[in-house]
Amino acid sequence: MLKIIVCIKQVPETDKVRLDPETHTLIREGVQAIINPFDLYALEAGLRLKEAQGGQVTLLTMGPPQAEAALREALGYGADEARLLSDRAFAGADTWATALTLAQAVRKLGGADLIFTGKQAIDGDTAQVGPMLATILGIPYVAWARKLTWAGDGVLEVERLLDHGYDALRVRLPAVVSVVKEINEPRVPSFKAKMQAKKAVIPTWTLADLELDPHEVGLAGSFTQVVRVFPPPARGESEIWRGDPQELAARLWARLKELGRR
Amino acid sequence: MSLIFSADKCTLCGACVDACPFGVLSLEGERLSIGEGCTLCGACVEVCEAEALALPEAEGPSPRPGVPLGGIWVFAEQRQGRLAPVALELLGEARRLAAELSVPVAAVLLGDRVAHLAPELFRAGADKVYLAEHPALAEFVEGPYAAALTEIAARFGPEILLAGATYVGRAFIPQVAAGLRTGLTADCTAFALDPERRLLLQTRPAFGGNIMATIITPRTYPQMATARPGVFKRLADPCPGEGEVVRVELGSLTAAGPCTFVGTVEEIRERLPLAEAEVIVAGGRGLKEAKHFRMLEDLAELLGGAVGATRAAVDAGWIPYAHQIGQTGKTVAPKLYIAVGISGAIQHLAGIQSSDFIVAINKDPEAPIFKVADIGLVGDLFEIVPALIAAIRRERE
Ligand SMILES: Cc1cc2nc3c(=O)[nH]c(=O)nc-3n(C[C@H](O)[C@H](O)[C@H](O)COP(=O)(O)OP(=O)(O)OC[C@H]3O[C@@H](n4cnc5c(N)ncnc54)[C@H](O)[C@@H]3O)c2cc1C
Ligand SMILES: Nc1ncnc2c1ncn2[C@@H]1O[C@H](COP(=O)(O)O)[C@@H](O)[C@H]1O
Repeated sequence: MLKIIVCIKQVPETDKVRLDPETHTLIREGVQAIINPFDLYALEAGLRLKEAQGGQVTLLTMGPPQAEAALREALGYGADEARLLSDRAFAGADTWATALTLAQAVRKLGGADLIFTGKQAIDGDTAQVGPMLATILGIPYVAWARKLTWAGDGVLEVERLLDHGYDALRVRLPAVVSVVKEINEPRVPSFKAKMQAKKAVIPTWTLADLELDPHEVGLAGSFTQVVRVFPPPARGESEIWRGDPQELAARLWARLKELGRR
Repeated sequence: MSLIFSADKCTLCGACVDACPFGVLSLEGERLSIGEGCTLCGACVEVCEAEALALPEAEGPSPRPGVPLGGIWVFAEQRQGRLAPVALELLGEARRLAAELSVPVAAVLLGDRVAHLAPELFRAGADKVYLAEHPALAEFVEGPYAAALTEIAARFGPEILLAGATYVGRAFIPQVAAGLRTGLTADCTAFALDPERRLLLQTRPAFGGNIMATIITPRTYPQMATARPGVFKRLADPCPGEGEVVRVELGSLTAAGPCTFVGTVEEIRERLPLAEAEVIVAGGRGLKEAKHFRMLEDLAELLGGAVGATRAAVDAGWIPYAHQIGQTGKTVAPKLYIAVGISGAIQHLAGIQSSDFIVAINKDPEAPIFKVADIGLVGDLFEIVPALIAAIRRERE
């Protein structure tokens, strides 16, 4: 029986997060908390592996109390159980402190054969938590998987994306694997699973439960610190051209030649 | 640990409430209330003119150790004996930073039989090349690469360690940072220095490019960052192609680790890789059909550029994924980006932010792409693009 852990994160829907160009404040209207879209592919990968090989899928998230909603929603896809890691002391964690906290939870769960993460979280876009988690746990990490084949005997064959194309690797479990969206098409949650998820009990593990030192987690345990948040530098004014397509094309070509000379 | 709030300084202006990306601040009567879910991101501190909000001073597990003397390092990513352009760009940036700190620049070259690349690294700005050659490093696999770089950095002590934010860099550099117990900032687009505290100020986009954040690694070494390809400039005048090559024998590599390379199953063949193209002509859903990408290829060829696409065009099967630009595709930074039939969704814009000049062709005057374009042509792409191609051909004949 495979023990599979899927790490998910609750994130603000980033296409709605915007800085007001005048006041430099965030326009928050209509910004909802969603499951990081890339993590749904990780979840689907976990569920498919479980269905093919037999096993159990446990969801893990570190976040504020409201992140429980993300776990409950993800349970609706058919995961077996979930743990919420939540404590005021975890606030302000960078990727290292997040990975350290997740690693401790993985240990408390008795380890896992496979840990799936999404490609990256769309709020920070760092793609660092998965590889750091693997290093802390002392197990291999394989990034950007688009295809998984069970080779038997605790070995997984992974096809993964790199800049030059796709490579195949063999990895002996346990391992942490991050997946890209080409790997699958996430299922639509079934009504039955959704109803079960509504009733599911989701244990919350705090700092004390994880037996961590407050200096190791959250902002205190972070190696990096955000010192400034600001709007992206404004691009120059846009020139908008309208009119006859032939003339537009000629004018554009003239401009491109000028640019080329600069 | 929580946000520090001085009620006596607060003017109840509400700026912080609007600034909070997580919506945990609210004004309740005469007092600011800080709800559950604060991540200490600091967005509110930044906007508080009354200085009523502050981040707690993070007390580290250890005081900052003495500055290591290894200088500024760049990971010299290579594949099959060819260096990734971003490594050369970062050596240029490293030289600039090194001049301010008066430290040397080194490149770390990992692979199997790659020693011949050292002169190119010297010309690009390295004073020294740390070279580790091993059969386990012939092809990229996270484990051996992470072990090798971690071991070399632990032995020779860089103050700053930079790598390209390529698929390779973003896969294993986090493992190196974790192995060295230090911080890492992903996908930076600008670096600066606080010379007094010798801090590297690492600036990067977050929230899909809607916000920029400057991040430091205040207590540990090396200060590590991955950086976006195409953003930093190579040295205008190459250095002499000489320097010291330090061969490192690795103790940490074994022949058969738990993860091994099997083979390359698919090469993406591009006439010109997107990351290296100075001109990119990109198409979106507005192209309607796969065959219309021919038109963009023609234009790209005339301009000496490459073809890119939006996720919508890729999902429709009009062009392979390798051409996708944006949050889930590649980030590019060409001199000229021509967006054809692209609406300009934030996830797409995240990948083109660093382009020098953007031209948009779209029939919908309200399309968000026009907000980032330097020149926006409102009209039908099926008329404008062929006319543009014809104009260029006419002149060249
Ligand atoms: C988590 C996540 C990640 C994503 N990652 C990416 C990513 O990496 N890259 C990416 O591109 N997208 C990404 N997307 C998708 C993104 O949100 C948009 O859906 C996509 O970029 C839209 O592509 P488009 O501009 O081609 O299509 P559309 O939005 O449909 O725009 C087509 C445009 O063409 C114009 N047009 C149509 N016909 C003509 C004509 N004849 N002449 C001129 N103009 C015409 C229309 O006016 C319209 O503006 C992501 C989405 C999510 C949720
Ligand atoms: N707080 C968290 N809780 C659980 N999983 C996380 C958390 N943050 C990140 N992850 C996982 O790590 C992946 C990469 O996230 P990031 O490094 O933040 O880009 C995500 O897709 C998640 O699978």
